[in-house]
Amino acid sequence: MANTILVLAEQLRGEVTDITFEMLGAGRKLAEASGSSLCAVLLGAEAAPLAAKLGAADKVLVADDAPWDLAPADAVAGALEAVMQQTQAGLVLLGCTNVAAGIGSMLAVKTGLPLVNFCRAAKAEGGGVVCTSQLFGGKIYSDVKLADGKGVVCIYPGAFPVDAGKRDQAPPIEKVDLPVAAPKVTFKQYLEPETGDVDITKQNVLVGVGRGIQTQDNVELAEELAQVLGGAVCASRPVIDQGWLPLSRQVGKSGMTVKPRVYFALGISGAPEHWEGMQNSQCIIAVNTDAKAPIFDGAHYGVVGDVLELLPALTEKVKAKKG
Amino acid sequence: MNLYVLLKMVPDTVEELNVAADGKSLDSEFLRFKLNDPDEHALEQALLLKEKHGGKVTVVTLDAPEVDDVLFTALAKGADRAVKLPVNQAELGTVAAARVLADFLKAEATPLPPDTLVLPGSYAIDDLEGELAPLLATALELPYVGVVCGIAPAEGKATVRKEFAGGLRGEFEVALPAVLGIQSADKPPRYVPVAKVRAAMKSARIETVDVPPPDRPRQLELERTYKPEAAGHAEMLEGSPEEVADRLVEILVKNSAI
Ligand SMILES: Cc1cc2nc3c(=O)[nH]c(=O)nc-3n(C[C@H](O)[C@H](O)[C@H](O)COP(=O)(O)OP(=O)(O)OC[C@H]3O[C@@H](n4cnc5c(N)ncnc54)[C@H](O)[C@@H]3O)c2cc1C
Ligand SMILES: Nc1ncnc2c1ncn2[C@@H]1O[C@H](COP(=O)(O)O)[C@@H](O)[C@H]1O
Repeated sequence: MANTILVLAEQLRGEVTDITFEMLGAGRKLAEASGSSLCAVLLGAEAAPLAAKLGAADKVLVADDAPWDLAPADAVAGALEAVMQQTQAGLVLLGCTNVAAGIGSMLAVKTGLPLVNFCRAAKAEGGGVVCTSQLFGGKIYSDVKLADGKGVVCIYPGAFPVDAGKRDQAPPIEKVDLPVAAPKVTFKQYLEPETGDVDITKQNVLVGVGRGIQTQDNVELAEELAQVLGGAVCASRPVIDQGWLPLSRQVGKSGMTVKPRVYFALGISGAPEHWEGMQNSQCIIAVNTDAKAPIFDGAHYGVVGDVLELLPALTEKVKAKKG
Repeated sequence: MNLYVLLKMVPDTVEELNVAADGKSLDSEFLRFKLNDPDEHALEQALLLKEKHGGKVTVVTLDAPEVDDVLFTALAKGADRAVKLPVNQAELGTVAAARVLADFLKAEATPLPPDTLVLPGSYAIDDLEGELAPLLATALELPYVGVVCGIAPAEGKATVRKEFAGGLRGEFEVALPAVLGIQSADKPPRYVPVAKVRAAMKSARIETVDVPPPDRPRQLELERTYKPEAAGHAEMLEGSPEEVADRLVEILVKNSAI
């Protein structure tokens, strides 16, 4: 297997993000099983002070020139290719995140290595690595073998423990000069999240609606339940994309991360991108017509049924209880 | 503007998915196909750009089940040209699909005119080998941005919005021509009445453009494909809506939500 495993550390606005620690934890395990060393690569003007947090790596390579801030995917892929040559690395872990989108595919093309996407488990096996990918919204898994342990693997957020990638030790840090091509894409500015009328991250009760709610008018039924419970309505991406609720109500990968006391998942299938945003809710209640919907695997309570029938009944019962 | 929208059919996950006897692929017997969600948005974004800045929208697909309906629907919505490449999408893999689509675009014009935008969807639910948009950008030597949720073109360039997480977005400037992986359009995808689609089926034509077939269908070797075994399962509540509602009220009380 590869002598060095590389992890592209991810950061956004001066903070190392959880996916970085998930990747370091996963990489640590693979490195120990195969006698490899684990090397993190951190790019960006604010990289130097952040490098100290990556103690789970045997070494951190830092390029902290300003052009690396939100650099385009092809530039980052080029930099990683150079680092792979310098470190003799054959296995690279990247985040399967919006921030890193495209980098893995481009690195795979440049190096001729295979790419495994949506990876949620990886283990060293007979000199190689077997990766498990989640496909079709989490309904199907595929095992793929990198026979010589070489490849580009995109790690799905939330699948590996964060804590396994945290160590209270300062890693050796090395500055590197990496080639920067003239970029054809330049970062201009951040656009802050719309605040909207309610902050769904601060609610005790969230009534989440998905495509199963079917029409904009039906969202009103969820609104009524939220009102009697003193909570708010939020939604999965398709509902937001339809324009039925504002973006500030989206839960999941590109929306908000929420942790209410009670989260209703009504007509939401439980795709990994939605689950990512609400998995830490204290009590998850799922209602779905499909008894096999993945949401039931993670929810605390489940009802196989039509949300449109259940919602009015539940709203009435809650009203009665509150008197 | 010269706008290319790439349309991909994917299995509808509302139906149950089963693994075929080979233990690697999906059982095709009960598969229903639908247009990849982000592609609906890529088409909408292209139509919006055409309405605002003029130009021509070409939709492109590989051969796949039910794809003609999707092409006629795109024409009915306002696309100017529908192209089908007679290469079967099944088992192709993303790397090979990118090669086929890149060959088609190169044959359209090399280099592509400066007001060209190639708009694939940002991702698909079967992307084991990675995303097509960055692969296509590499093959065409064009700039790429992924997870795009808004485009404002200007002379020779475009300002695009990309999603990060937590509702945060970033604004980037891209030189044109470019490949942009579309996540969502500036507006929700439009609806088109069935009658209009039928009319398009009568009056419009799907063009077939020959391209060399790819040499290698899939890069990754699958060991096995299976349905995940859940680590846990919800406690299921049964009964009439009233009975279930009563139980839910108890649960809400227990969790201090009432
Ligand atoms: C880069 C990226 C970012 C993403 N970001 C997000 C994100 O932030 N948030 C997010 O949610 N998704 C996100 N997604 C999309 C995600 O992959 C799923 O497509 C989405 O979560 C599915 O939403 P859904 O469950 O509402 O719809 P579906 O998956 O279509 O599920 C609808 C469900 O409703 C059920 N149903 C139908 N009718 C009824 C009824 N009458 N009563 C009860 N149940 C019914 C069906 O059985 C089905 O399970 C992202 C995807 C990508 C690739
Ligand atoms: N077989 C295909 N035919 C047409 N377009 C495709 C095909 N495969 C991928 N694409 C385009 O590339 C996008 C991303 O697909 P994928 O690479 O599968 O993530 C899709 O949304 C389509 O726009």
